[in-house]
Amino acid sequence: MAILELYVFVLAAFVGYMVISRVPPLLHTPLMAATNAISGISLVGSLIAAGAANNRVATMLGFVAVVCATSNIVGGFLITDRMLKMFKSGNAKKGSAAPAESAKT
Amino acid sequence: MRDYFIQGSYIIASVLFILGLRSLTRPDKARSGMQLAAVGMLFAIAGTLFNHTIIDYRWITGGLILGIVIGYPMGMWVPMTAMPQRIALSLTFSALAATLVGVAEYYTDITSGTVPSHFKMGALGFEIMLGAITVGGTLVAAGKLQEWLTSKPVTYKGQNLVNGLFFLGIIGLLVYTIIDPSQQWAFYTMIAGSFLFGIMLVIPIGGADMPVVVALLNSYSGLASCATGFAIGNVILIISGALDGASGFILSLLMSKAMNRSFTNVLFGAFGGETVAASGKSSAGLTVRSISVEDAAIQLAYAQLVIVIPGYGMAVAQAQHVVRELSELIEKRGGEVKFAVHPVAGRMPGHMNVLLAEANVPYDKLYDMDEINSEFDRADVALVIGANDVVNPAARNDKSSPIYGMPILDADHAKSVIVLKRGMAAGFAGIENELFYDRRTSMLFGDAKTSLTALVGEIKNV
Repeated sequence: MAILELYVFVLAAFVGYMVISRVPPLLHTPLMAATNAISGISLVGSLIAAGAANNRVATMLGFVAVVCATSNIVGGFLITDRMLKMFKSGNAKKGSAAPAESAKT
Repeated sequence: MRDYFIQGSYIIASVLFILGLRSLTRPDKARSGMQLAAVGMLFAIAGTLFNHTIIDYRWITGGLILGIVIGYPMGMWVPMTAMPQRIALSLTFSALAATLVGVAEYYTDITSGTVPSHFKMGALGFEIMLGAITVGGTLVAAGKLQEWLTSKPVTYKGQNLVNGLFFLGIIGLLVYTIIDPSQQWAFYTMIAGSFLFGIMLVIPIGGADMPVVVALLNSYSGLASCATGFAIGNVILIISGALDGASGFILSLLMSKAMNRSFTNVLFGAFGGETVAASGKSSAGLTVRSISVEDAAIQLAYAQLVIVIPGYGMAVAQAQHVVRELSELIEKRGGEVKFAVHPVAGRMPGHMNVLLAEANVPYDKLYDMDEINSEFDRADVALVIGANDVVNPAARNDKSSPIYGMPILDADHAKSVIVLKRGMAAGFAGIENELFYDRRTSMLFGDAKTSLTALVGEIKNV
């Protein structure tokens, strides 16, 4: 069982390396936000800890973990989307007229 | 039957996560890719709720609601200029979640009389140690970035030795708990010690080195998540932890290469902590040439190619929108504007890009250092906005300089250099910037936003 998990780890690390080394520096900040959102998957473990009703302490710890993981998921995906929305190329901009040159404060 | 459904949802989630990250290789496909990843996350959560070990949904519901209440403002209301500290804080959350799940697992086992196997204890211990270190470290990082803590390095003599010994102590406790998991005192002491160690590790780091630290903490948090997966036998945690860890690791390697520090130097917390040696050169006897807004405006108005070099100062002054106005004005007059973004400009990787994108600068105008360095030769004006060390020629010439060897933007190859700066104070590394005294450099003193707004006004009159 543990050996299988080790295989998964090695393969996942490889995939991670190959995918992420191709992300351009332009998108490094959204990358950090995205990996942060994905790390919210620990919610899966937290849900089990908070819901298994094994003992008081575990449920409390699980509760706090659920709060942390959920806020990462919600906040993380929202902010990644917000950031990615902002990246426009010059071609898209030619269609719309340049925004009014009122100074943005 | 239920188990198949749960495992199936995990597989879907894994695939969507990987596809989502891969979509980040192309700015135009990135948004939809990440939205798919979010769907994957929903699948995994929905699947987990069907897990048969969950029998009490009250705390779960409460936690989910509270999490949404906290997460929504963190996602929607935090301004882009505060992005580095927000990311650091969310790393705290993710490390905390992993650590707490690990502690809950240990506690449940111990109090129900089962002693975890050595393998499980190893995974749990490693994960909790790493998680606690990350919690301590990211809290300090967030504090420094938000400037609630001093962003100057906090050092004392023998610090590296103290840190090293402390770390050995923690490792000792870790090994002890693996050998004898029933020794609860060792376990809990290790956690407290790890948390303290995380703080001690990041305290000596100065603001300018934060990009590497944040990336490194990102990978620690990913590794902690991964180890949690090994400990509780959850494969999707292993996969996403590995992805997260790889990402942080690659970013911190890139950052340290961009600062010309060896990775081991970075790993052992020696960065930013060495007492800053004064470089051999001093500015005695050298003068800077200051320039008026009118003269700078003329240079910019008639330039064929302007390369803008944004730095942390631009972020602080919130000047990114005016920068965009200026570049549009120059382009309307027939000039070309390109933005040169150094890998460690700002306080985290890609920080400048996001600020400029927020200001509606199209991303095809944003160039990395390698892409743009050759273009400085034909640039009429290099406009340096609040950037300092990334354009300091001492990195090329001065062997005694702390930044020697760091790859820089070749601003001094441009025909003229205009530097926007508030005053002559030294940058983070505390060293003089030779560029300022160069004969083709002129300084436009003042707050970046004010100066840029004035420039925009003047250029319209030219």
